[in-house]
Amino acid sequence: MAKKGWDEFEIGAMLRTFNGEIENIAGTRQEDRSYTENSSYTASVADWRLIKPIFNKDYCIDCQFCWIYCPDVSIISRDKKLIGIDMDHCKGCGICVEVCPTNPKSLLMFPEQADEEVEIASWPKKDEKEA
Amino acid sequence: MSEIKQIKNLKDFSTSADRFEGANLLCPGCAHSIIVREVLNATNNDLVLAASTGCLEVCTAVYPYTSWDASWIHIGFENSSTAIAGAETMYKALKTKGRLKQPDRNPKFVAFGGDGASYDIGFQWISGCMERNHDMMYVVLDNEVYANTGGQRSSSTPIGSSATTSPAGSISYGEKQNKKDMMGIMAAHHIPYAAQVAPNKWKDMVKKIQRGFATEGAVFINAVSPCTTEWKFDPKDTMMITDLATDSLVFPLYEVIDGREFNITYRPKNVVPVEEYLAAQGRFKHLFKDEYKYLIKEWQERVDAQWAYLQRREEAKV
Ligand SMILES: Cc1ncc(C[n+]2csc(CCOP(=O)(O)OP(=O)(O)O)c2C)c(N)n1
Ligand code: SF4
Ligand code: SF4
Ligand code: SF4
Ligand SMILES: [Mg+2]
Repeated sequence: MAKKGWDEFEIGAMLRTFNGEIENIAGTRQEDRSYTENSSYTASVADWRLIKPIFNKDYCIDCQFCWIYCPDVSIISRDKKLIGIDMDHCKGCGICVEVCPTNPKSLLMFPEQADEEVEIASWPKKDEKEA
Repeated sequence: MSEIKQIKNLKDFSTSADRFEGANLLCPGCAHSIIVREVLNATNNDLVLAASTGCLEVCTAVYPYTSWDASWIHIGFENSSTAIAGAETMYKALKTKGRLKQPDRNPKFVAFGGDGASYDIGFQWISGCMERNHDMMYVVLDNEVYANTGGQRSSSTPIGSSATTSPAGSISYGEKQNKKDMMGIMAAHHIPYAAQVAPNKWKDMVKKIQRGFATEGAVFINAVSPCTTEWKFDPKDTMMITDLATDSLVFPLYEVIDGREFNITYRPKNVVPVEEYLAAQGRFKHLFKDEYKYLIKEWQERVDAQWAYLQRREEAKV
Protein backbone atom coordinates (compact mmCIF):
# COMPACT_ATOMS: atom_id res chain seq x y z
CA MET A 1 0.00 0.00 0.00
CA ALA A 2 1.05 3.64 -0.48
CA LYS A 3 3.46 4.71 2.26
CA LYS A 4 2.71 7.91 4.16
CA GLY A 5 5.31 10.61 4.71
CA TRP A 6 6.57 11.47 8.18
CA ASP A 7 4.26 14.49 8.38
CA GLU A 8 1.18 12.64 7.16
CA PHE A 9 0.65 10.23 10.07
CA GLU A 10 -2.35 10.73 12.28
CA ILE A 11 -1.43 11.20 15.94
CA GLY A 12 -2.45 8.00 17.65
CA ALA A 13 -2.99 5.73 14.68
CA MET A 14 -5.92 3.35 14.49
CA LEU A 15 -5.81 0.54 11.97
CA ARG A 16 -8.93 -1.33 10.92
CA THR A 17 -8.36 -4.99 10.23
CA PHE A 18 -11.60 -5.71 8.39
CA ASN A 19 -13.85 -4.03 5.86
CA GLY A 20 -17.24 -3.50 7.42
CA GLU A 21 -18.45 -5.42 10.45
CA ILE A 22 -17.75 -8.99 11.46
CA GLU A 23 -20.33 -10.28 13.89
CA ASN A 24 -18.53 -13.44 15.05
CA ILE A 25 -14.82 -13.25 14.38
CA ALA A 26 -13.93 -16.33 16.42
CA GLY A 27 -16.31 -18.33 14.22
CA THR A 28 -15.12 -16.90 10.90
CA ARG A 29 -12.28 -18.63 9.05
CA GLN A 30 -9.53 -16.60 7.40
CA GLU A 31 -10.84 -17.33 3.89
CA ASP A 32 -14.24 -15.90 4.85
CA ARG A 33 -12.88 -12.68 6.33
CA SER A 34 -12.70 -9.41 4.44
CA TYR A 35 -9.26 -8.17 5.52
CA THR A 36 -8.19 -4.60 4.80
CA GLU A 37 -4.73 -3.91 3.42
CA ASN A 38 -3.73 -3.03 7.00
CA SER A 39 -3.84 -6.65 8.12
CA SER A 40 -0.49 -8.41 7.96
CA TYR A 41 -2.51 -11.36 6.61
CA THR A 42 -2.35 -9.54 3.27
CA ALA A 43 1.46 -9.31 3.46
CA SER A 44 4.08 -11.97 2.76
CA VAL A 45 7.28 -13.05 4.48
CA ALA A 46 8.00 -15.80 1.94
CA ASP A 47 11.28 -14.08 1.02
CA TRP A 48 12.62 -14.67 4.55
CA ARG A 49 12.96 -18.38 3.84
CA LEU A 50 16.01 -20.31 2.69
CA ILE A 51 14.40 -23.63 3.50
CA LYS A 52 10.74 -24.59 3.38
CA PRO A 53 8.55 -27.39 4.69
CA ILE A 54 6.89 -29.83 2.29
CA PHE A 55 3.85 -31.78 3.46
CA ASN A 56 3.30 -35.41 2.45
CA LYS A 57 -0.23 -36.37 3.37
CA ASP A 58 0.39 -40.11 2.87
CA TYR A 59 1.83 -40.53 6.36
CA CYS A 60 -0.08 -37.80 8.23
CA ILE A 61 -2.22 -38.87 11.19
CA ASP A 62 -3.75 -35.41 11.65
CA CYS A 63 -2.46 -35.15 15.21
CA GLN A 64 -2.28 -31.34 14.79
CA PHE A 65 1.00 -30.91 16.67
CA CYS A 66 2.30 -28.92 13.72
CA TRP A 67 -0.83 -26.74 13.79
CA ILE A 68 -0.52 -25.77 17.43
CA TYR A 69 3.24 -25.23 17.51
CA CYS A 70 3.62 -23.28 14.24
CA PRO A 71 4.42 -19.75 15.40
CA ASP A 72 3.25 -18.21 12.16
CA VAL A 73 -0.29 -19.54 11.73
CA SER A 74 0.94 -21.27 8.58
CA ILE A 75 -0.37 -24.79 9.04
CA ILE A 76 -3.81 -24.80 7.48
CA SER A 77 -6.16 -27.21 9.23
CA ARG A 78 -9.82 -27.45 8.37
CA ASP A 79 -12.33 -29.87 9.90
CA LYS A 80 -9.54 -31.43 12.00
CA LYS A 81 -7.46 -32.26 8.92
CA LEU A 82 -4.20 -30.72 7.78
CA ILE A 83 -4.81 -29.48 4.25
CA GLY A 84 -1.71 -27.47 3.45
CA ILE A 85 0.91 -24.89 4.33
CA ASP A 86 0.45 -21.15 3.92
CA MET A 87 3.62 -20.31 2.01
CA ASP A 88 3.06 -16.53 2.23
CA HIS A 89 3.33 -16.63 6.02
CA CYS A 90 5.68 -19.57 6.69
CA LYS A 91 9.13 -18.34 7.80
CA GLY A 92 10.80 -21.74 7.41
CA CYS A 93 11.63 -22.20 11.09
CA GLY A 94 11.27 -25.99 10.89
CA ILE A 95 9.35 -26.43 14.16
CA CYS A 96 6.52 -28.29 12.39
CA VAL A 97 9.00 -30.90 11.14
CA GLU A 98 10.56 -31.35 14.60
CA VAL A 99 7.20 -31.96 16.31
CA CYS A 100 5.77 -34.28 13.63
CA PRO A 101 5.58 -37.73 15.27
CA THR A 102 5.14 -40.00 12.23
CA ASN A 103 7.77 -42.33 10.80
CA PRO A 104 8.73 -41.29 8.21
CA LYS A 105 7.84 -37.71 9.01
CA SER A 106 4.90 -36.18 7.15
CA LEU A 107 6.70 -32.84 6.95
CA LEU A 108 10.33 -32.31 5.96
CA MET A 109 12.46 -29.26 5.22
CA PHE A 110 13.91 -28.70 1.72
CA PRO A 111 15.77 -25.89 -0.01
CA GLU A 112 13.39 -23.12 -1.02
CA GLN A 113 13.75 -23.96 -4.72
CA ALA A 114 12.93 -27.69 -4.28
CA ASP A 115 10.04 -29.10 -6.31
CA GLU A 116 7.18 -30.46 -4.23
CA GLU A 117 6.18 -33.28 -6.61
CA VAL A 118 9.75 -34.48 -7.03
CA GLU A 119 10.42 -34.51 -3.29
CA ILE A 120 7.18 -36.32 -2.45
CA ALA A 121 7.97 -38.96 -5.11
CA SER A 122 11.33 -39.64 -3.44
CA TRP A 123 10.15 -39.30 0.19
CA PRO A 124 12.33 -41.21 2.71
CA LYS A 125 11.10 -44.63 3.78
CA LYS A 126 10.29 -45.66 7.33
CA ASP A 127 13.29 -45.44 9.63
CA GLU A 128 13.55 -48.95 11.16
CA LYS A 129 15.98 -47.89 13.88
CA GLU A 130 13.48 -45.36 15.19
CA ALA A 131 10.45 -47.67 14.98
CA MET B 1 -20.99 -16.09 23.77
CA SER B 2 -19.62 -16.62 27.23
CA GLU B 3 -19.74 -20.36 27.84
CA ILE B 4 -16.33 -22.01 28.07
CA LYS B 5 -15.09 -23.23 24.70
CA GLN B 6 -15.06 -27.03 24.48
CA ILE B 7 -11.51 -28.22 23.77
CA LYS B 8 -11.20 -31.93 24.52
CA ASN B 9 -8.19 -32.66 22.37
CA LEU B 10 -5.84 -31.13 19.86
CA LYS B 11 -8.11 -31.98 16.92
CA ASP B 12 -10.92 -29.98 18.55
CA PHE B 13 -8.52 -27.14 19.24
CA SER B 14 -7.39 -27.08 15.60
CA THR B 15 -10.87 -25.99 14.50
CA SER B 16 -10.17 -22.58 16.09
CA ALA B 17 -10.16 -19.59 13.76
CA ASP B 18 -7.00 -17.71 14.73
CA ARG B 19 -7.26 -14.04 15.64
CA PHE B 20 -3.51 -13.52 15.32
CA GLU B 21 -1.94 -13.27 11.87
CA GLY B 22 1.28 -14.28 10.19
CA ALA B 23 3.62 -12.00 8.27
CA ASN B 24 4.37 -10.32 11.58
CA LEU B 25 8.08 -9.61 12.05
CA LEU B 26 8.85 -11.93 14.98
CA CYS B 27 11.92 -14.12 14.39
CA PRO B 28 11.34 -17.54 12.80
CA GLY B 29 10.68 -19.95 15.67
CA CYS B 30 9.76 -17.25 18.23
CA ALA B 31 7.72 -18.69 21.09
CA HIS B 32 5.88 -15.41 21.80
CA SER B 33 3.43 -16.07 18.99
CA ILE B 34 2.91 -19.73 19.98
CA ILE B 35 1.88 -18.50 23.44
CA VAL B 36 -0.35 -15.77 22.02
CA ARG B 37 -2.13 -18.24 19.74
CA GLU B 38 -2.82 -20.62 22.64
CA VAL B 39 -4.21 -17.78 24.77
CA LEU B 40 -6.42 -16.29 22.06
CA ASN B 41 -7.68 -19.63 20.76
CA ALA B 42 -8.70 -20.71 24.28
CA THR B 43 -11.87 -18.61 24.03
CA ASN B 44 -14.53 -17.67 21.49
CA ASN B 45 -15.39 -14.51 23.41
CA ASP B 46 -14.56 -11.09 22.04
CA LEU B 47 -11.13 -9.89 23.11
CA VAL B 48 -9.75 -6.54 24.14
CA LEU B 49 -5.96 -6.79 24.12
CA ALA B 50 -3.00 -4.63 25.03
CA ALA B 51 0.73 -5.11 24.62
CA SER B 52 3.67 -3.39 26.25
CA THR B 53 6.64 -2.38 24.13
CA GLY B 54 8.79 -5.39 23.38
CA CYS B 55 9.24 -7.95 20.62
CA LEU B 56 5.57 -8.92 20.51
CA GLU B 57 4.32 -5.37 20.21
CA VAL B 58 7.05 -4.05 17.94
CA CYS B 59 6.76 -6.98 15.51
CA THR B 60 2.98 -7.16 15.25
CA ALA B 61 2.17 -3.49 14.74
CA VAL B 62 4.56 -2.20 12.11
CA TYR B 63 2.72 0.58 10.31
CA PRO B 64 0.76 0.17 8.05
CA TYR B 65 0.18 -3.36 9.34
CA THR B 66 -1.41 -4.99 12.34
CA SER B 67 -1.37 -8.74 13.03
CA TRP B 68 -4.32 -8.58 15.42
CA ASP B 69 -7.93 -9.42 14.60
CA ALA B 70 -9.25 -8.01 17.86
CA SER B 71 -9.29 -4.62 19.59
CA TRP B 72 -5.66 -4.05 20.50
CA ILE B 73 -4.07 -1.15 22.33
CA HIS B 74 -0.46 -0.13 22.61
CA ILE B 75 0.63 2.90 24.64
CA GLY B 76 4.05 2.42 26.21
CA PHE B 77 6.53 0.01 27.70
CA GLU B 78 5.23 0.02 31.25
CA ASN B 79 1.50 0.26 30.87
CA SER B 80 -0.26 -2.54 28.99
CA SER B 81 -1.63 -3.49 32.41
CA THR B 82 -3.13 -0.09 33.17
CA ALA B 83 -4.32 0.37 29.57
CA ILE B 84 -6.35 -2.82 29.80
CA ALA B 85 -7.50 -2.02 33.34
CA GLY B 86 -8.76 1.33 32.02
CA ALA B 87 -10.59 -0.32 29.15
CA GLU B 88 -12.15 -2.85 31.52
CA THR B 89 -13.25 -0.13 33.94
CA MET B 90 -14.78 1.89 31.12
CA TYR B 91 -16.59 -1.17 29.86
CA LYS B 92 -18.05 -1.85 33.30
CA ALA B 93 -19.14 1.78 33.68
CA LEU B 94 -20.85 1.84 30.28
CA LYS B 95 -22.55 -1.43 31.06
CA THR B 96 -23.85 -0.13 34.38
CA LYS B 97 -25.16 2.99 32.64
CA GLY B 98 -26.89 0.85 30.01
CA ARG B 99 -24.89 2.44 27.23
CA LEU B 100 -23.51 -0.69 25.53
CA LYS B 101 -25.04 -1.62 22.17
CA GLN B 102 -24.50 -5.34 22.85
CA PRO B 103 -24.27 -5.69 26.64
CA ASP B 104 -24.14 -9.49 26.61
CA ARG B 105 -20.99 -10.08 24.58
CA ASN B 106 -18.79 -10.41 27.66
CA PRO B 107 -15.38 -9.54 26.19
CA LYS B 108 -12.20 -10.71 27.87
CA PHE B 109 -9.48 -8.20 28.72
CA VAL B 110 -5.89 -9.38 28.30
CA ALA B 111 -2.56 -7.53 28.56
CA PHE B 112 0.74 -8.96 27.30
CA GLY B 113 4.18 -7.83 28.40
CA GLY B 114 7.73 -9.13 28.24
CA ASP B 115 9.73 -9.88 31.37
CA GLY B 116 11.46 -6.50 31.05
CA ALA B 117 8.10 -4.75 30.88
CA SER B 118 6.68 -6.86 33.72
CA TYR B 119 9.41 -7.81 36.20
CA ASP B 120 11.09 -4.40 35.96
CA ILE B 121 9.65 -1.41 34.17
CA GLY B 122 5.89 -1.98 34.50
CA PHE B 123 6.15 -3.68 37.87
CA GLN B 124 4.28 -1.15 40.00
CA TRP B 125 1.54 -0.72 37.38
CA ILE B 126 0.88 -4.47 37.36
CA SER B 127 0.93 -4.56 41.13
CA GLY B 128 -1.73 -1.83 41.18
CA CYS B 129 -3.93 -3.67 38.70
CA MET B 130 -3.68 -6.88 40.68
CA GLU B 131 -4.32 -5.13 43.99
CA ARG B 132 -7.42 -3.37 42.61
CA ASN B 133 -8.49 -6.79 41.31
CA HIS B 134 -9.51 -5.64 37.83
CA ASP B 135 -11.35 -8.25 35.80
CA MET B 136 -8.36 -8.83 33.51
CA MET B 137 -5.59 -11.25 32.66
CA TYR B 138 -1.94 -10.21 32.57
CA VAL B 139 0.35 -12.52 30.58
CA VAL B 140 4.15 -12.30 30.84
CA LEU B 141 6.08 -13.57 27.81
CA ASP B 142 9.06 -14.58 29.90
CA ASN B 143 12.17 -14.88 27.73
CA GLU B 144 14.38 -13.76 30.63
CA VAL B 145 15.97 -10.87 28.76
CA TYR B 146 15.22 -7.53 27.07
CA ALA B 147 15.18 -9.21 23.69
CA ASN B 148 13.87 -6.41 21.54
CA THR B 149 16.71 -4.03 22.37
CA GLY B 150 19.50 -6.56 21.99
CA GLY B 151 19.52 -8.81 25.02
CA GLN B 152 20.12 -6.72 28.15
CA ARG B 153 19.63 -8.53 31.46
CA SER B 154 16.37 -8.08 33.33
CA SER B 155 15.42 -9.14 36.86
CA SER B 156 14.12 -12.33 35.24
CA THR B 157 17.54 -13.25 33.77
CA PRO B 158 18.82 -16.31 35.63
CA ILE B 159 22.24 -16.71 37.25
CA GLY B 160 25.04 -17.61 34.84
CA SER B 161 23.22 -16.46 31.72
CA SER B 162 25.33 -14.31 29.42
CA ALA B 163 23.42 -11.13 28.54
CA THR B 164 24.75 -8.04 26.75
CA THR B 165 24.86 -6.05 30.01
CA SER B 166 26.12 -9.02 32.05
CA PRO B 167 28.40 -10.74 29.53
CA ALA B 168 30.35 -13.86 30.36
CA GLY B 169 34.08 -13.67 29.84
CA SER B 170 37.42 -14.27 31.50
CA ILE B 171 36.47 -12.47 34.73
CA SER B 172 32.72 -13.10 34.85
CA TYR B 173 30.31 -15.99 34.47
CA GLY B 174 27.57 -13.59 33.35
CA GLU B 175 24.43 -12.70 35.28
CA LYS B 176 24.99 -12.74 39.07
CA GLN B 177 21.50 -12.13 40.46
CA ASN B 178 18.83 -14.70 41.13
CA LYS B 179 15.74 -14.63 38.93
CA LYS B 180 12.97 -12.66 40.62
CA ASP B 181 10.14 -14.84 41.95
CA MET B 182 7.40 -12.97 40.11
CA MET B 183 4.83 -15.73 40.61
CA GLY B 184 5.37 -15.55 44.36
CA ILE B 185 5.09 -11.76 44.37
CA MET B 186 1.92 -11.75 42.29
CA ALA B 187 0.34 -14.54 44.34
CA ALA B 188 1.11 -12.49 47.45
CA HIS B 189 -1.44 -9.94 46.17
CA HIS B 190 -3.96 -12.70 46.96
CA ILE B 191 -5.47 -12.42 43.51
CA PRO B 192 -7.99 -15.10 42.61
CA TYR B 193 -5.70 -16.89 40.15
CA ALA B 194 -2.02 -17.01 39.20
CA ALA B 195 -0.40 -19.69 37.05
CA GLN B 196 2.87 -20.56 35.38
CA VAL B 197 2.42 -22.04 31.90
CA ALA B 198 4.51 -23.36 29.02
CA PRO B 199 3.32 -23.63 25.41
CA ASN B 200 4.62 -27.22 24.94
CA LYS B 201 2.15 -28.39 27.60
CA TRP B 202 -0.72 -26.93 25.60
CA LYS B 203 -3.49 -28.79 27.44
CA ASP B 204 -2.31 -27.62 30.84
CA MET B 205 -1.86 -24.13 29.45
CA VAL B 206 -5.27 -23.90 27.78
CA LYS B 207 -6.97 -25.24 30.90
CA LYS B 208 -5.30 -22.54 32.99
CA ILE B 209 -6.12 -19.80 30.50
CA GLN B 210 -9.75 -20.95 30.41
CA ARG B 211 -9.86 -20.94 34.18
CA GLY B 212 -8.40 -17.44 34.04
CA PHE B 213 -11.08 -16.30 31.62
CA ALA B 214 -13.79 -17.80 33.83
CA THR B 215 -12.38 -16.04 36.90
CA GLU B 216 -13.90 -12.76 37.93
CA GLY B 217 -11.02 -10.57 39.01
CA ALA B 218 -7.31 -10.28 38.34
CA VAL B 219 -5.40 -13.17 36.79
CA PHE B 220 -1.63 -13.37 36.43
CA ILE B 221 0.04 -15.75 33.99
CA ASN B 222 3.79 -16.30 33.61
CA ALA B 223 4.58 -18.05 30.32
CA VAL B 224 8.04 -19.37 29.51
CA SER B 225 9.00 -18.11 26.06
CA PRO B 226 12.27 -19.55 24.70
CA CYS B 227 13.96 -16.93 22.50
CA THR B 228 15.96 -18.42 19.65
CA THR B 229 17.98 -15.22 19.21
CA GLU B 230 18.97 -14.46 22.81
CA TRP B 231 19.02 -17.98 24.26
CA LYS B 232 21.04 -18.97 21.20
CA PHE B 233 19.53 -22.12 19.78
CA ASP B 234 18.35 -23.17 16.32
CA PRO B 235 14.81 -21.89 15.54
CA LYS B 236 13.60 -25.43 14.82
CA ASP B 237 14.34 -26.39 18.45
CA THR B 238 11.95 -24.01 20.23
CA MET B 239 9.65 -26.80 21.41
CA MET B 240 12.54 -29.08 22.36
CA ILE B 241 13.97 -26.30 24.55
CA THR B 242 10.54 -25.72 26.09
CA ASP B 243 10.32 -29.46 26.86
CA LEU B 244 13.69 -29.27 28.59
CA ALA B 245 12.52 -26.22 30.58
CA THR B 246 9.44 -27.98 31.95
CA ASP B 247 10.95 -31.45 32.31
CA SER B 248 14.06 -30.27 34.17
CA LEU B 249 11.71 -28.35 36.52
CA VAL B 250 13.56 -25.13 35.75
CA PHE B 251 10.04 -23.92 34.85
CA PRO B 252 7.70 -25.89 37.09
CA LEU B 253 4.05 -25.72 36.06
CA TYR B 254 1.71 -24.79 38.88
CA GLU B 255 -1.13 -22.53 39.87
CA VAL B 256 -1.94 -20.48 42.96
CA ILE B 257 -5.55 -19.84 43.96
CA ASP B 258 -6.32 -16.82 46.16
CA GLY B 259 -2.64 -16.55 46.97
CA ARG B 260 -2.76 -19.63 49.19
CA GLU B 261 -3.74 -22.87 47.50
CA PHE B 262 -0.81 -24.16 45.44
CA ASN B 263 -1.41 -26.89 42.86
CA ILE B 264 1.41 -28.45 40.90
CA THR B 265 -0.15 -29.28 37.53
CA TYR B 266 2.64 -31.17 35.81
CA ARG B 267 4.95 -33.80 37.26
CA PRO B 268 7.42 -35.02 34.62
CA LYS B 269 7.70 -38.81 34.45
CA ASN B 270 11.41 -38.53 33.82
CA VAL B 271 12.97 -35.45 35.34
CA VAL B 272 15.78 -34.22 33.10
CA PRO B 273 19.02 -32.95 34.73
CA VAL B 274 19.27 -29.15 34.64
CA GLU B 275 22.64 -29.62 32.92
CA GLU B 276 20.83 -30.80 29.76
CA TYR B 277 18.66 -27.69 29.72
CA LEU B 278 21.73 -25.47 30.10
CA ALA B 279 23.78 -27.37 27.53
CA ALA B 280 21.15 -26.84 24.82
CA GLN B 281 21.53 -23.04 24.88
CA GLY B 282 24.39 -20.80 23.81
CA ARG B 283 23.70 -18.29 26.61
CA PHE B 284 25.01 -20.88 29.11
CA LYS B 285 27.87 -22.26 27.00
CA HIS B 286 30.62 -20.83 29.22
CA LEU B 287 29.25 -22.68 32.28
CA PHE B 288 30.78 -25.84 30.84
CA LYS B 289 34.31 -24.49 31.21
CA ASP B 290 36.15 -26.08 34.13
CA GLU B 291 36.28 -22.91 36.21
CA TYR B 292 32.51 -22.37 36.05
CA LYS B 293 31.24 -25.94 36.29
CA TYR B 294 30.42 -25.51 39.99
CA LEU B 295 27.62 -23.21 38.87
CA ILE B 296 25.84 -26.09 37.14
CA LYS B 297 25.75 -27.97 40.44
CA GLU B 298 24.41 -24.86 42.17
CA TRP B 299 21.76 -24.53 39.45
CA GLN B 300 20.57 -28.07 40.11
CA GLU B 301 20.46 -27.41 43.86
CA ARG B 302 18.38 -24.26 43.35
CA VAL B 303 15.92 -26.08 41.09
CA ASP B 304 15.63 -28.97 43.57
CA ALA B 305 15.04 -26.53 46.42
CA GLN B 306 12.35 -24.68 44.50
CA TRP B 307 10.61 -27.94 43.63
CA ALA B 308 10.72 -29.03 47.27
CA TYR B 309 9.27 -25.65 48.29
CA LEU B 310 6.39 -25.93 45.81
CA GLN B 311 5.57 -29.44 47.00
CA ARG B 312 5.56 -28.30 50.61
CA ARG B 313 3.28 -25.39 49.76
CA GLU B 314 0.95 -27.72 47.89
CA GLU B 315 0.74 -30.15 50.79
CA ALA B 316 0.32 -27.46 53.41
CA LYS B 317 -2.71 -25.84 51.69
CA VAL B 318 -2.13 -22.64 53.65
C1 LIG C 1 10.19 3.48 28.98
C2 LIG C 1 10.97 2.75 27.93
N1 LIG C 1 12.23 2.33 28.19
C3 LIG C 1 12.93 1.65 27.27
C4 LIG C 1 12.37 1.37 26.05
C5 LIG C 1 13.20 0.61 25.01
N2 LIG C 1 12.73 -0.77 24.84
C6 LIG C 1 11.87 -1.13 23.87
S1 LIG C 1 11.56 -2.76 23.80
C7 LIG C 1 12.63 -3.05 25.08
C8 LIG C 1 12.89 -4.44 25.56
C9 LIG C 1 11.68 -5.21 25.96
O1 LIG C 1 12.03 -6.31 26.73
P1 LIG C 1 10.92 -7.26 27.31
O2 LIG C 1 9.87 -6.49 28.01
O3 LIG C 1 11.56 -8.35 28.07
O4 LIG C 1 10.22 -7.88 26.00
P2 LIG C 1 10.90 -8.82 24.89
O5 LIG C 1 11.35 -7.90 23.79
O6 LIG C 1 12.02 -9.55 25.52
O7 LIG C 1 9.80 -9.70 24.46
C10 LIG C 1 13.20 -1.85 25.53
C11 LIG C 1 14.20 -1.74 26.62
C12 LIG C 1 11.06 1.83 25.79
N3 LIG C 1 10.44 1.57 24.63
N4 LIG C 1 10.37 2.52 26.74
S1 SF4 D 1 8.41 -24.05 8.98
FE1 SF4 D 1 7.80 -22.89 10.81
S2 SF4 D 1 6.52 -21.24 10.00
FE2 SF4 D 1 6.67 -22.76 8.36
S3 SF4 D 1 4.87 -24.05 8.65
FE3 SF4 D 1 6.57 -25.03 9.75
S4 SF4 D 1 6.35 -24.28 11.86
FE4 SF4 D 1 5.14 -22.92 10.54
S1 SF4 E 1 2.48 -33.15 12.98
FE1 SF4 E 1 2.76 -34.54 11.25
S2 SF4 E 1 1.25 -36.17 11.55
FE2 SF4 E 1 0.65 -34.47 12.90
S3 SF4 E 1 -0.82 -33.29 11.65
FE3 SF4 E 1 1.21 -32.38 11.32
S4 SF4 E 1 2.00 -33.39 9.48
FE4 SF4 E 1 0.28 -34.63 10.25
S1 SF4 F 1 14.43 -11.78 19.64
FE1 SF4 F 1 13.52 -13.54 20.71
S2 SF4 F 1 11.57 -12.83 21.56
FE2 SF4 F 1 12.26 -11.33 20.02
S3 SF4 F 1 11.22 -11.95 18.12
FE3 SF4 F 1 13.24 -12.92 18.13
S4 SF4 F 1 12.93 -14.95 19.07
FE4 SF4 F 1 11.13 -13.69 19.54
MG1 LIG G 1 11.97 -10.31 27.47
